[in-house]
Amino acid sequence: MIDQSPALILLAPFLLAIVLALLGIKREWLCFPLVIAGLAISVAASVVTLMRVIDEGTIQYFFGGWEPPFGINLRVDGLNALVALAVSTVSLLTAIYSKRAVPAETSDKVSQFYTLYLLSVTGLLGIVLTGDAFNLYVLIEISALTSYALIGMGSRRATLAAYKYLIMGTIGASFYLLGVGYLYIKTGSLNMYDIQEQIVANNLHSSPTIFVAFVVIMVGVWIKMAFFPLHSWLPNSYTYGPSTTSALLGPLVTKVMIYVMIRMILTVFSPEFAFDQLDWSNIVVWMSVIAILAASISALSQTSLQKMLAFLIIAEVGYMVGGVWLTDEMGMVGSIYHIIADAFMTLCVFLFAGIIFTKTGRRDLSAMEGLFTKMPLTMVGFLVGAFSLIGIPPTAGFFSKWYLIQGGISSGHYEYVAALLISSLINAVIFFRIIEIAYFGTKPAEGHGHHHNEEHKDGPKEASFSMLFPLLITAALLLGIGLYNQEVVAIITNFVSQFNIGAIIL
Amino acid sequence: MKSFALIAVILTGWLLLSAVSDFPDWGDTESPANDYRLSQHYITETFPESSVPNMVTAVLADYRGYDTMFETVVIFVAGIAIMSILRRKPLDHLKDKGKETRTYKKDPDLIIDTTCRLMIPIIQLFALYVVAHGHHSPGGGFQGGVIFGASFILLALSRDLQAAQRWVPEKRVLNLAGIGILIYSGFGFACMLLGSNFLDYEILHKIMPATPVEARSHSMLGVEIGVAFTCTAIMFSIYSNLASNGDMKETL
Amino acid sequence: MELFEALSTKFNYWIYIIIMMIGLYAMISKNNLVKKLIGMSIFQTAIILFYVSIGVKEGATIPILYHDQVHPSHGDSHHEADTGHGEDHHPSHEEIVANLHIEPDDFGNPLPHVLMLTAIVVGVATLGVGLALTQKVYRDFGSIEESEILKSIKSAK
Repeated sequence: MIDQSPALILLAPFLLAIVLALLGIKREWLCFPLVIAGLAISVAASVVTLMRVIDEGTIQYFFGGWEPPFGINLRVDGLNALVALAVSTVSLLTAIYSKRAVPAETSDKVSQFYTLYLLSVTGLLGIVLTGDAFNLYVLIEISALTSYALIGMGSRRATLAAYKYLIMGTIGASFYLLGVGYLYIKTGSLNMYDIQEQIVANNLHSSPTIFVAFVVIMVGVWIKMAFFPLHSWLPNSYTYGPSTTSALLGPLVTKVMIYVMIRMILTVFSPEFAFDQLDWSNIVVWMSVIAILAASISALSQTSLQKMLAFLIIAEVGYMVGGVWLTDEMGMVGSIYHIIADAFMTLCVFLFAGIIFTKTGRRDLSAMEGLFTKMPLTMVGFLVGAFSLIGIPPTAGFFSKWYLIQGGISSGHYEYVAALLISSLINAVIFFRIIEIAYFGTKPAEGHGHHHNEEHKDGPKEASFSMLFPLLITAALLLGIGLYNQEVVAIITNFVSQFNIGAIIL
Repeated sequence: MKSFALIAVILTGWLLLSAVSDFPDWGDTESPANDYRLSQHYITETFPESSVPNMVTAVLADYRGYDTMFETVVIFVAGIAIMSILRRKPLDHLKDKGKETRTYKKDPDLIIDTTCRLMIPIIQLFALYVVAHGHHSPGGGFQGGVIFGASFILLALSRDLQAAQRWVPEKRVLNLAGIGILIYSGFGFACMLLGSNFLDYEILHKIMPATPVEARSHSMLGVEIGVAFTCTAIMFSIYSNLASNGDMKETL
Repeated sequence: MELFEALSTKFNYWIYIIIMMIGLYAMISKNNLVKKLIGMSIFQTAIILFYVSIGVKEGATIPILYHDQVHPSHGDSHHEADTGHGEDHHPSHEEIVANLHIEPDDFGNPLPHVLMLTAIVVGVATLGVGLALTQKVYRDFGSIEESEILKSIKSAK
């Protein structure tokens, strides 16, 4: 059974999603255990796969027994294995959180919600694991279609946000598909590694078709990851959707798309082509600087917690895109490490926002008055996430920023370093403002008039265990990933060093 | 917005056009895509490896069967997504076992009614042929499923949604769609349980009265039937949800 | 003349880009939500045209083996399962394969067709979800003109 571990990572949630769709409508109580079971198997399989990758190096899994390029394969190396583990863990934690949130927010559609939830996770895991460029497109569409529905189930505004996401997401995915077509017309292959071999064998690096394929794929992926000028779909989608949706998609979708970008650059097009022949890296680093600054400043001006966090995600996307294009081994390591760290810290703050929303029914910052005394444990979890986003040691966020800044300095991109520092400072301002509100409750108790429910009059109490537990686990994981950063970075460095990025001289 | 859109479109168009001169000519048999071992393998080796003369079906259901499974899931997701977006009421009526009362909004027109009575069985028979004969001639699960779904849509159009709902009530639609994917992935998981990789149909000759090569062909028929189930159910579901604005009562 | 040749040999690729840009323009600039979805359909169809054009071979037929190739003894039975057992007036699979000669240039490239079947399915699914979202937007806001919806959101604030 251990040979099957890479496939089980995504087949377990997939199978249980279908079982849930068949059985869950009549038996709502069955939904939650099935979801947890599927995702727990997925996490276990991810751990086994990661162990195998550390022991054996790259492992492959051939669907249908056909070797590539004839069939579709999963190809797992240090990068995928780590990202897959992060994706499955985040989705498991969010699923635990959803136990109370989903019946409360989408009461009459629980089984549909969970079916889509599991299929969305399946799509994301498939994107991470697959070794086939076209298969990636199909899975992008699965994760996208489920996202539209998961967001569209939210409030009135959510429908419009989901519609905009659908239009932008389709443009992005179609551009990606077009890029794969351009690769196919010149190489005749669809397998990522085989495409790379064909490009080298036929000396296609100077071909305009490959150049256009690269540009189109990058633009498509940038739209999907909400890289700054192309980000307009993200803030409203993550603000008005159900809180479980935000806690699932917020940490995962953008990070998985950054993984796709790294995979395309390193594996399909090769770093020499992407960084050296195109000579774009300066422009992209500058774009990421603008993205970081613009998104951070937009975050500062938001009054709604969810929307502020959504803009922080966009800023974090800027970090990672910039880190990749620094053309520096340290920058690349930092970006990959940041994918994992950021998945967990975004999860941490989104879980917090979800708890606040379920407890108070409000999205604005003043909902957090005096929470330190009322919900101390929740606030502890939030503090770790906030410290990580600011970059205070020993949280994971500190170390990822550390590597990114090192990469920025060694490649001489001081504008990127400056943007990173300014953005950390803005994050500090944002979060200390929240901490201040929560600790001192500065604003007078006004505007409570229209909240008549019993709970709110006494002030919210500590969140229920099923919501608190994932938050605290996430906080613990953030500290753990931070303290054991050497081990994680060793795996990443082992992966990145084979591409010899440092040797590319600009 | 309009001028911005125009600039974006012109830039994209120019970028895409800049590569056209680099493309191989249209219809060129020597182009990389047509000449590479991938395409050659599919054309020459499909029949020896799986005894299916229709290469498209073989690539679809066998070589790239994993893709096609998720393609079926895309349809399934679309059905569930549309249902969960549009539905206003709780889905309680799915839980009821009470019989639905049969009321037509209007008396069906004689000509339309008779024509549809004649057409629908023929359409359904043709759909089954398309599914079953997908190995040998153009066709397959998606095409057959859509045709079959269209027969129910024709019924709903000619009378009203309630009439079609009697044949395919929503609960049955959801179950059919799920069972379709379960059939498809069931072939995959069966291969896994017998000790081979997911969707490696060859191993199924142990539990089928067939040689390994024929096992591939039979399994392809099996998964195509699964695809057809899902496709039929979801096509009708999409129509009925969109046409009734989500309340499944009457069409627009 | 050279220009004409450049145009005619790559005619499909020019056309697909033009169609695609029409769709993209509609998606970005139109105010009406349904028109945007129409643009999206055009956009996706253009990509299908592109892919299918890749797989075309001059003088080739559809990628399905000829009946005579698969059934060399002109048996009138179409059953696929009965090779190898039953009364054996059909040659076995191995015999057919041994005598089979397939010229790759006789058949079109099957792969783009397979890929586009997927893309068509995805297109249908996206269009369906898009229309469902549009219906719900209309139900919630009473309009499918984007500017009017934004206005009503602003005035509600």
